[in-house]
Amino acid sequence: MIRSDILKTIIPVISDKLVVSNIGLPSQELHMLDDQPTNFYMLGTMGLASSIGLGLALSQKETIIAIDGDGSVLTNLGTLPTIANNVANNFILLIIDNGSYGSTGDQPTYASGKTSLAKVAEACGCDNVFECKASETREILEKAIESKKMTIIVSKCQSGNIPVPVIDIDPAVIRYRFMEEIKARN
Amino acid sequence: MSIAQNMLNAMVKNKIEFVTTLPCKQLSCIIELLEKDERILHVPSNKEDEGMGLCAGAYMGGKRPCIIMQNTAIGVTINTLVTLIQYYRIPLPILISYRGELGEKVQCQVEMAVHTKGLLEQLKIPTYHFHEPKHLEEFDGILNHTFIAKKPVAILTDANFWSSTS
Repeated sequence: MIRSDILKTIIPVISDKLVVSNIGLPSQELHMLDDQPTNFYMLGTMGLASSIGLGLALSQKETIIAIDGDGSVLTNLGTLPTIANNVANNFILLIIDNGSYGSTGDQPTYASGKTSLAKVAEACGCDNVFECKASETREILEKAIESKKMTIIVSKCQSGNIPVPVIDIDPAVIRYRFMEEIKARN
Repeated sequence: MSIAQNMLNAMVKNKIEFVTTLPCKQLSCIIELLEKDERILHVPSNKEDEGMGLCAGAYMGGKRPCIIMQNTAIGVTINTLVTLIQYYRIPLPILISYRGELGEKVQCQVEMAVHTKGLLEQLKIPTYHFHEPKHLEEFDGILNHTFIAKKPVAILTDANFWSSTS
């Protein structure tokens, strides 16, 4: 399975949830497959999906799911101690780990080598860290949502991308409609 | 009342409820007060761009944010300021210790000080420089202005400004 296959399997679970999706293809794929006002698409700023997600989770009551990538987490590794030490039980960080920088031509990341992001997260003090196969992602995500505990899921999948259009929604519109959803739910 | 306490009170008055900080000797007083202040959630971050990501999330979650950091890290935040904070029109007061200005004891700090205002100008970030204690009077208005403008706004606070406090 590749990243877009995982997204297809979890869309029934995340469609009505507040989601922050990572820059580049992850956002473009989610936008193409299931555009929702509850999705915050990152159009730039590599690495900050988990930080934006944590800030959201600490500021309101609804469950926040940040969909990140292994390359982006490696870019912002300092996020993991911050997540570990500021527990938000309405926060789920889903790292889709395809071992590559997918949006820039599938260059390998160190997560495809000796580095285990699940072990890094645990070493940073994060509780409820689960590494799983791509095919198990939906089930583990559903359990994480039900558990109401801050959870980090590292879903291991193959490298690869599907053709997707760019997101042509103005960033202020993405932010506005997302905030309106949050207001209505809190 | 100390300058730091005054600033925290102005933040609370302007409904700021989420503050992230990076350490600086010049800011140790306000960070210490912040940690004790139950009116504001204090989430220290490990890097300034990470902190701005937290602030963007807090704002969208309904809590007005602020980041407290040192001027030496402005370079780290340029992409985040442009492609997240400015691009999505997120208001963000950036309270900055302006190291390397008059009274600085560490020579290396001067190297970023000479670029600080130029970088902020290039990014078209409204910038205020607090040099005298009386400049504190403007802080409340600057915070109010930031959330009306929905922009990042920089408040540079130098050694002379802080020396009159603690």
